[in-house]
Amino acid sequence: MTDRPTASLQEPPARHSTDPDPPVPPGRRTKIRFDAVRKEFTTRKGSVTAVDDVSLDIADGEFFMIVGPSGCGKTTLLRMIAGLEEPTGGRIDIAATSTDRPEMSMIFQGDSLFPWMTVWDNASYGLRMRNVPKTEIHDVVGHYLARTGLSRFADSYPHQLSGGMRQRVGIARAFANDPEVLLMDEPFSALDEQNKLLLQGELLRIWEETRKTVLFITHSVDEAVSLGDRVMVMTAHPGREKATLDVPFSRPRDMLALRTEPTYGELVFHIWGLLRDEVNQAQAEEMRR
Amino acid sequence: MTTTPVRATSAAAEQDRSPRGRLFRSESATERWVSILSPIVLLVLWELAARLGWVDDRFFPPPSGIASTFWEMTLSGELVGHTLTSLQRVLLGFLLGGVPAILIGLAMGLYRPVRAAVEPLISATYPIPKSALVPLALLIFGLGEMSKIAIVAVGVFFPLAINTLAGVAGIDRIYHEVGKTYGATGMRKFTTIAFPGALPLILTGIQLGIGMGLVLIAIAEMIGARDGLGYLIWNSWQVFAVERMYVGLLVIGLLGIVLTAILREVERIVVPWRRQAR
Ligand SMILES: Nc1ncnc2c1ncn2[C@@H]1O[C@H](COP(=O)(O)OP(=O)(O)OP(=O)(O)O)[C@@H](O)[C@H]1O
Ligand SMILES: [Mg+2]
Repeated sequence: MTDRPTASLQEPPARHSTDPDPPVPPGRRTKIRFDAVRKEFTTRKGSVTAVDDVSLDIADGEFFMIVGPSGCGKTTLLRMIAGLEEPTGGRIDIAATSTDRPEMSMIFQGDSLFPWMTVWDNASYGLRMRNVPKTEIHDVVGHYLARTGLSRFADSYPHQLSGGMRQRVGIARAFANDPEVLLMDEPFSALDEQNKLLLQGELLRIWEETRKTVLFITHSVDEAVSLGDRVMVMTAHPGREKATLDVPFSRPRDMLALRTEPTYGELVFHIWGLLRDEVNQAQAEEMRR
Repeated sequence: MTTTPVRATSAAAEQDRSPRGRLFRSESATERWVSILSPIVLLVLWELAARLGWVDDRFFPPPSGIASTFWEMTLSGELVGHTLTSLQRVLLGFLLGGVPAILIGLAMGLYRPVRAAVEPLISATYPIPKSALVPLALLIFGLGEMSKIAIVAVGVFFPLAINTLAGVAGIDRIYHEVGKTYGATGMRKFTTIAFPGALPLILTGIQLGIGMGLVLIAIAEMIGARDGLGYLIWNSWQVFAVERMYVGLLVIGLLGIVLTAILREVERIVVPWRRQAR
């Protein structure tokens, strides 16, 4: 993480006034800035451009959603923010803030729990690495395990849990760490509808309280529109920004009541259209090969 | 040298854990009886053969004779003495060779430069039969305890270092990434990721080390010792006390069985996440 440029972006820079992208709302600081970011993977078979020319400002405390066809570079985008991957072009700046909270936590797509740790040890991992006092760990981890419905499984090992339960441990681990930026890569994909709704609600509640910056990848357009402040639709291969849309609903939101609003349906329909174009195009490209 | 782990009894271990054992209870019960009966049948045949003169009882004394010698030597305290002496040498050798092996294996697995520096040395020295080093150990350390301990240490070092390296190298990248994003640094990377992740293979390395240690202690004591099980076997041969020799062989075999059984129990406790691994 240290070798990345982490210039401090205290003031919204002037170029925003002429920026064609939807700008960061007035009065809010930029937390994460992508400037012509490009990521090319070089493999033995040649090189693959996963992300191409993404320029983007994400405001401090914003709930930012990313949707796009499979393989378009969403995970790569998040991994670059987390410092797990270096951009091959452009730069990513993350505004430094002086708090004792960790900068970011990532909820990985797929299994990422340590098989050799119990649910409790997995969920408390971030706090333990930061030497948080025992009593505080006890309270915080206890709280999030209860919220994710895992209290009874605190002493179980990951192999004794279902896929959805493991995903919930990963969520508890990230939430308990209380980071400034929460990077969530399809965090609810393995959950049943009830648990999904519950944890979406919990995520919104935490966000209302702490106003973290959240970057959230999903394949569900409904999820994108119900949770986010903005939704970025990415193009298929290579991943570019196709469109970024404002979600106009007020906060706090009632996710079920939301669905009855006419603008909700319009927005969902619009995003579906954008996505369908991309998926069709990707398919056509596949056929041509 | 590749990072392919050296497997001891993977097939047998897998069999133990498979649910088949529980599903086919009658089958496994039969198997258990067969495995208990077959050595007994063999012993009875041996006894008969020795008594009826089918085999030369100077080379193959009847098991009953070996058993009574075993009993006499136990009562006199002689056997316990030899056994404890050998056991102590093996355990000290294990500490001397095993602890650095695990540390070096972990460091090689975590840091590429360390691996680049150390791996060629290990590859170059690994093929040397460790028993061929016994004279060298005697030359350096003389006839004292240290020559025996050192030779066990060298023998234990290799399987343990190689298996630890393979264990760390085999840890899925995602776990290192989780460690990085959650701020695990320095020592914490060792204790929370590299060591527990490599532990199953480290235990396999220890199992191989036990076998290697017993082989080497026997050889080392035959050549340069006045006590221990290896000395007992060699000395009995020299004075043609064949029954005493068999007692030595029996005890060294039992030692291997007991040490392996203890290791199995330790494994069950320290690797609980592997208990029902698929
Ligand atoms: N380490 C890597 N080496 C080579 N190519 C990679 C690597 N990681 C990702 N890619 C390629 O980059 C592209 C984007 O991958 P990425 O995982 O970011 O997609 P995604 O949008 O998250 O897809 P999904 O929705 O299926 O999770 C893919 O074509 C993938 O093959
Ligand atoms: Mg992905």
